[in-house]
Amino acid sequence: MSRDFSWPEMLFLLGALKWTLALTGVAFLGGGAGGLIVALMRVSPRRANRVAAGCYIALFQSTPLLLQLFLAFYGLAVLLGVQLEAWPAVAFAFSLYAAAFLGDTWRGAIEAIPAEQWEAGTALALHRGRVLRLIVLPQALRIAIPPTVGFLVQLVKNTSVASIVGFVELARAGQLMVNVTFQPMIVYPVVAALYFVICFPLSEAASRLERRLDRRSV
Amino acid sequence: MHYVFQFNVVWDNWRILTDGAVATVEMSVAAFALGLAVAMLCAWLRGFRSFAVRGVVRCYVEIVRNTPLLVQLFIIYFSLPGLGVRMEAEDAAVLGLGLNFGGYATEILRSGVEAVPYSQIEAATALGLSRLRIFRHVILNPAIRICYPAMASQFILILLSSSIVSAISADELTSEVNTLQSTTFRPFEFYFAATAIYLALALAFRFGLDGLFWLAFERGRPRLGQGRSRRRPA
Repeated sequence: MSRDFSWPEMLFLLGALKWTLALTGVAFLGGGAGGLIVALMRVSPRRANRVAAGCYIALFQSTPLLLQLFLAFYGLAVLLGVQLEAWPAVAFAFSLYAAAFLGDTWRGAIEAIPAEQWEAGTALALHRGRVLRLIVLPQALRIAIPPTVGFLVQLVKNTSVASIVGFVELARAGQLMVNVTFQPMIVYPVVAALYFVICFPLSEAASRLERRLDRRSV
Repeated sequence: MHYVFQFNVVWDNWRILTDGAVATVEMSVAAFALGLAVAMLCAWLRGFRSFAVRGVVRCYVEIVRNTPLLVQLFIIYFSLPGLGVRMEAEDAAVLGLGLNFGGYATEILRSGVEAVPYSQIEAATALGLSRLRIFRHVILNPAIRICYPAMASQFILILLSSSIVSAISADELTSEVNTLQSTTFRPFEFYFAATAIYLALALAFRFGLDGLFWLAFERGRPRLGQGRSRRRPA
């Protein structure tokens, strides 16, 4: 006996949307903290730091997210000796993934600050940490905001991959609702529309912010 | 840690893994070709005066870029049969990956086309070139040079994101590995091996595509920007 797709099913999807947003939020916070470290290592005067951060970025940008999730899922089980729930494994993997991409984006923002700013700071007898904190990072922040918002869109969309390892978020909830309603023609377009409602405003905001930044720097 | 790693079983199945890797590359190339064709069509349609035509292109680009690839694949493979459009999982995978890439490629082509100064198009018009020839010679050729690096990156993204078509049971590397790990009970070893293969493929294509760009556009040019001061103090 199958049901039709109506309000209870829609509410189930909306409930799952919360998990999509929660995973995005955790990944963004964890990835933001990690990304800051990666970015700072990438512009470090020590070669070893730069190489290590560069390898980290290349590794995560050159392997599929899905396999990163599988490896986190089974790798953590191997390391800890216990099978983890999907949620902590997925949150961990997405944080590492986001750290690589945000780290690379923010490195670009830091490097976009002209060398004269560093020199001026040094001439004022500030040491490296203070030049970075007081002069370079505040300016880099302005440049970093549009691509960071853009990455947020990628993150929201990519959390759907977590459904493949069994985490119930919006895409997985869609599959579950198709299983009970047998109406993929309705359910999947609705799921896509829900993602669109989240992602489109973010995309628009990102491109608007970018245009504004372009205008100011010209 | 009491786990004993057993990679022997991975070596025993190397044949299946290489077949999977080949299938992944073939699927990515097909999707890239399809997406590029779609993007060229869209770039051309964008030049139309009709608001409706440009609106359709804009909608396509925005829908593709603001919904997950996985859900796009679900719609193509599970929803379209409701409209009487049925296809094999592999065809659905290529179509999904291709249409997805097409949305991004349309934007990349636009940035390339916009980089061509309008005065050059006016000059070509003044010389009596047809719309199609202006598009081909004055807009497309220099645009390729500008778009190439972004397109190369997109190809590698297709290669990596193709792993999720295993979710609609299309045959490629990840789905082979899914089967192998479930029959051998060695998930970590097999996913590790698959990740290494993807990494090798991604790095090889990165290197190869960058090399190709250098051969086609950079070789023999005077090197500009040499000796430019680094942005970071030593």
